[in-house]
Amino acid sequence: MQALFENGDLWLQGMGSTLMLVAITTLIGLPFGAVLAGMRVSPVAAFRVASTIYIEVARNTPLTLVFFFMAFVLPRVGLTLDFLVGAVAALTFYTSAFFAEAVRSGINSVAVGQAEAARSVGLGFGQTMTLVILPQAIRSVVPPLINVIIALTKNTSVAMGFFVFVLTSVAQRLSNDYGNQALQIFIGIALSYLIITVPLGQLADYLEKKWRVQR
Amino acid sequence: MSGTVLYDAPGPKARRVSRTLSVVFAVVFAALLGFGVYQLWLGGAFYADRWDIFLQAGTWTGAGGLLAGLTTTLSAFVLGSLLALVVGFAFALARASKSQAVRIPATIVLEFFRGMPVLLMILFVFIVANTGAFWAVVIALGIYNGAIIGEAIRSGIAALPRGQRESGLALGLGSFQTTILIELPQSIRTMLPIIIAQLVVLLKDTALGYIVSSADLITIGRRLANFFGAGQYALSMFFVMLAIYLALNLTLSWVARFVSRQVSKPRKGGKNLDGTRTAPLQLSTQALRVQHERDETEQTPEPPRP
Repeated sequence: MQALFENGDLWLQGMGSTLMLVAITTLIGLPFGAVLAGMRVSPVAAFRVASTIYIEVARNTPLTLVFFFMAFVLPRVGLTLDFLVGAVAALTFYTSAFFAEAVRSGINSVAVGQAEAARSVGLGFGQTMTLVILPQAIRSVVPPLINVIIALTKNTSVAMGFFVFVLTSVAQRLSNDYGNQALQIFIGIALSYLIITVPLGQLADYLEKKWRVQR
Repeated sequence: MSGTVLYDAPGPKARRVSRTLSVVFAVVFAALLGFGVYQLWLGGAFYADRWDIFLQAGTWTGAGGLLAGLTTTLSAFVLGSLLALVVGFAFALARASKSQAVRIPATIVLEFFRGMPVLLMILFVFIVANTGAFWAVVIALGIYNGAIIGEAIRSGIAALPRGQRESGLALGLGSFQTTILIELPQSIRTMLPIIIAQLVVLLKDTALGYIVSSADLITIGRRLANFFGAGQYALSMFFVMLAIYLALNLTLSWVARFVSRQVSKPRKGGKNLDGTRTAPLQLSTQALRVQHERDETEQTPEPPRP
């Protein structure tokens, strides 16, 4: 632990970039994921097909390979991204598919009768979605979305292998410099991740209990 | 999409609008895609000299070939899965234990393992235990995914009807025997889709081996591309690796979905004394939900995390 306290600035730097990656990816990926989810349930076949293909490909590609593409392949076809921008792009590509699935499962969790009732009073698809389904879906969507953000927080660690200095990089560098304290350093960094993820998890559990609907 | 209730079965006008939108979208999308492909073509991505290395045997076979990398990836997956299952059972039993001295430390350790990134654990095993890259990947993935699988099995046990345990005890089995012989097999059956979905995650995460330079598919692919000239082969090598990973993961995902369908089918009941069928045992997700509402303090099984 001593090593961590002595290198507080390094820890802050890692923590800062981890939090920043999480925040930016959520800000870009969440609206994108919501659009994808909307496309996935829309009446227009081309939207459905496109969004399904995107989601399946993104969910079944290893995140490491996406990072690899941003860092080593794109420069070869003439598009060199800053490493931080590349990391955000990779994380957004990957995470937005999971955001989309969380939103879609929220849409599906709304009772069928709600949509039927909305349709029978004459609302169209757009109206049914925006006035009836989505307001109810939000409450069952938020806890899974928080779980996706937790997973995203852990996934930012992959950026370490592609030249972005995140929390995990702190563990690697310090355990090289202070070999005899490696165990404490790793526990310290793991706890640093828990500082982010545990409150988020608690929030998800709390909201899930608070918003549970009796059906 | 006949099952949806979000919109009516389209009439002629709606069909026309939908078709127009589809066509417009398809055209715009095709134009964008075509532009991208054209740019790549201008860059020479589709000339034979970008792909010729994949026709050479040396690219695929031998110690430095792609097949060797694929073998490393698959071995890490198989060994990691086995370890994850063993660790999962151990965690499930410890978490379901009656003794607090076992249950509470197990819970803390499990939360700790679940909360940290897998990559951190891989690095930890790699640097502290000094096992070499391959075994670091196997051990870390086994422990991390084992923690998640253990939690799934435990919530499967919690969701069983109480009568299962009671009748086991009434037959004279011990508490541990009841868990092993009666509850565990049923829990595994219910939770099989979640367990397999977690194995898909494990398969994807073997790619993290690249970061600690385990000789897996991505490491070897990069090495080969650099050897033959990265400027020429980086893109084609990426597409080949992407295709291999997609084929593996989509197959396993499909298996997960197939098993999920099988498991959610109602079980055939046995025969009553008068020859009528008994009601099938309630082991569906319905039973899980009922249990969840009954027991406010317990958590529902979490969906596998990305």
